[in-house]
Amino acid sequence: MNDSINEKEIQKKVRREAFKRNWLLFRQSTLGMIGLGIVFFFFILAILQPILFLTGAWNEAVYHPVVGYEEIKVNLLVVECPDEYPTEKYESSNACPGDGEITQRQIYNPNINPEVGDIHVALLQPSPPSARHLLGTDSLGRDIFSQIMEGSQVAFLLGLLSAIIGVSISTILGTIAAFYGGRVDAYLMRQSDLVLMLPSLPLLFIISAFAELKIWHLAIVLGVIGGLGGSVITIKSQALQVKVKPFVDSARITGGSNMTILFSHILPNVAPLALLFMVFSVTGAIASESILSFLGLLNIEMSWGIMIYLSQTDGYIFSGMAYWWLILPAGLAVTFLAGGFYLVGRGLDDVFNPRLRKR
Amino acid sequence: MKKNVIEVKNLEKYFEVNSGFLNRNKSIVKAVDNISFDIPLGESLGLVGQSGCGKTTTARSLCLLDQKTNGEVKFYNTETQEMDDIDNFDDANLKKFRRNIQMIFQDPYESLNPRWTIKDIILEPLNIHNIGTLNDREEAVKEILTTVGLTPPENYMPRYPHELSGGQRQRVSIARTLVMKPKFVVCDEPTSMLDVSIRISIMDLMLNLAKDLEVSYLYITHDLAVARYMCNRIAVMFNGKIVEIAETEELLKNPIHPYTKRLISSIPVPDPQYQRQEYELNYDELDEIIKNNPDDDMVDIGGNHYIATHDVKDSLY
Repeated sequence: MNDSINEKEIQKKVRREAFKRNWLLFRQSTLGMIGLGIVFFFFILAILQPILFLTGAWNEAVYHPVVGYEEIKVNLLVVECPDEYPTEKYESSNACPGDGEITQRQIYNPNINPEVGDIHVALLQPSPPSARHLLGTDSLGRDIFSQIMEGSQVAFLLGLLSAIIGVSISTILGTIAAFYGGRVDAYLMRQSDLVLMLPSLPLLFIISAFAELKIWHLAIVLGVIGGLGGSVITIKSQALQVKVKPFVDSARITGGSNMTILFSHILPNVAPLALLFMVFSVTGAIASESILSFLGLLNIEMSWGIMIYLSQTDGYIFSGMAYWWLILPAGLAVTFLAGGFYLVGRGLDDVFNPRLRKR
Repeated sequence: MKKNVIEVKNLEKYFEVNSGFLNRNKSIVKAVDNISFDIPLGESLGLVGQSGCGKTTTARSLCLLDQKTNGEVKFYNTETQEMDDIDNFDDANLKKFRRNIQMIFQDPYESLNPRWTIKDIILEPLNIHNIGTLNDREEAVKEILTTVGLTPPENYMPRYPHELSGGQRQRVSIARTLVMKPKFVVCDEPTSMLDVSIRISIMDLMLNLAKDLEVSYLYITHDLAVARYMCNRIAVMFNGKIVEIAETEELLKNPIHPYTKRLISSIPVPDPQYQRQEYELNYDELDEIIKNNPDDDMVDIGGNHYIATHDVKDSLY
C-alpha cells in the first residue's frame, strides 16, 4: 500500500517535470508568449461580461450587447447656415453647423418647430467613448465594449468547437489511412485532395444560401471542411512514421489487435501534431466567421463581424476616423485573436517539433 | 531425442519491386531464399551475416509480422507437446503462439512507446492476454523488473523511456519480452547499439534468464564474438541463404565455406601490433563438396556441420 502511494507521487512528479520542461521550451519562444497573452486577454474579456451582469455591476437594460441601449442626450443650439461663405463664424459650408449646433433642416421631427437660437435636446447616437461606455455606443445606442465581449465569446466558442471537430476528423481519418493503407488510403487521400481543391469561402456562401447558418452549424461546417482537407495528409504522414516504429511491431507480436495498436500506440503519438493543427485552425475559423458575418450571411445576433457589418450598412465605415469606435475595436479584435492563436501555434510548434528548437 | 521449439523448412520471402510506368517492370527480390533450421528447446541459434542478407526478414517472417512467401514453419505447442504449423492456427492457437514468441529489437530508443510509462510498457502483454488480476499483473511487473536488475522497481515503474539510459531501456525491453515467460525469443541485434561495457552485462542477463526460464533464442547479429558468447549453434547467412551452420566452436575453429572464412578473418583484434592476414577467397574446399554431392542443397560434413552447396563465385568477390 505504501509503495503504491509512493509510486503515484513519483508519477505526479514526473508529469509535473514534463509539463515544466515543455513550459520552459514554450517560454523561450517570444512569439508564442505574445500570442498566449493576447488569447488570455480575450478570454478574460469573454468571461468578464457574464460576471458583470451577474454581480449587477452592469445593468442589462443598458449594457446588453443586442437589446440594451442608453439614450445619451445632448443640448444643441439651433442655428441657421448662411447662403454664402466665408462668413465671420463659418469658413466654409463644411463648418456649418459647428460643434454643439444644429440647423432647423436637420431636425426631422414635424411635431417640434424650434426657432433659431433655441436649445434642441437630441440623442447622441453613436456616442463617442466616455467613462460610462468605454468604447462608445453604436448607432442604436448599444455599448460597443459589451459587444466586443460578446463577440469574443462567439469567437472562442466557434473557433474551439470547429477546431475540435476538424482535428478529431482529420486525426481519425489520417491514422486510419496510414494504418490500413491500400484502397482505404487511396480513397481518403483523393477525398482530401477534392476538399483541398474546393474554395471554402465560396462554398460557405452557397451553403448559407440554402440553409440558415447558426453558430453551431457554422462550427460543424468549418470543422468538417477543415478536417477533411490538408490536415489529413499531414497527420497521415506523421502516423506513417509512427507505424513503422519497433514498439508497434512489438505490440503486434505480443498479439495486440489493430484497434489496440491504433488507439494506444499510434494515436497518442500523433496527438501533439493534432493539437498543433487545432490551434492553427482556430485562426481560420475566426476569420471565416468574420467574413461571413460581414457579408450578412450568418444568423447570429452579435459578433465582431456583425459589428463591422452594422457600421457598414449604417454608412459609418466610409466616414474615415470620425466614428473610429464603430470599426476599429471589432476589426482589431478579429485581427488580434486570430493572430494570437496563430502565434500560440508557432510557440507550440517549437515545443513539439524538436528540429525547430533553438539549441 | 530433444524436442525443437521451432522448425523452419524451406522458408522463402520474396519482395516484389515495381518500377517503370504503371509498375510495368516487376522484379523480385529474394530476401530469404530457401532456408531451413531447427532450434531445440532451451538452446540458442545465432544468425550471422552482413547487413541486408535477410536476417531480420527471417525473424519477421517467423514472428508473423510479414507473411512468408513459401515454406513451412512449425512451432512447439506447450500443451500437446507437438509441433504445430503456424499457417494453420485458429484464433485460440494464434493467441497461444503469440504468448510463446517474443522479439527484442535492435534500437532501445525506438522500441519503447515514448508516451507510456515503464509500468504500462511491461503491462501491455499481460493486458492483451488478460493474465491474472490487476494486482497479479503489477506484482509480475515488479518481479520481472527486479529480475532484469532494475531495482527498486517502484522507482522505475512510473518513469518514461526517455528518462532511462540505453542499457536500462534494453533491460526494460527484455523485461517486457520475458514477462509472459515465452518459449522462444527472437533477438534482433539487441546489443549492437549499446556501449561495449554495457553489452556484456545485457548478454549475461539474457543468458541467465534463458537458463532460468528455459527460453530459446534466435540471436541475430553481425558480430561473431557476440554470437559465440550467446549461442549453441551459429548459422551464417549470405544473400538470403544459409551458407554454413554448425556448433559454435566447430564453426569458428573449422570454417569450410569461403564466406564464413572471410567473415571470421574480419573480426577485429584489439591489439595494435597485430597485422591481420587478409583472407584470400579459396573455393577449393567448397568445389570439392559440390562435386561429391551434386544433388544436395546442404551437405552434412560430420558433427552436425552443414555446408550449402550453391555456387557463390559470382556473388562473392
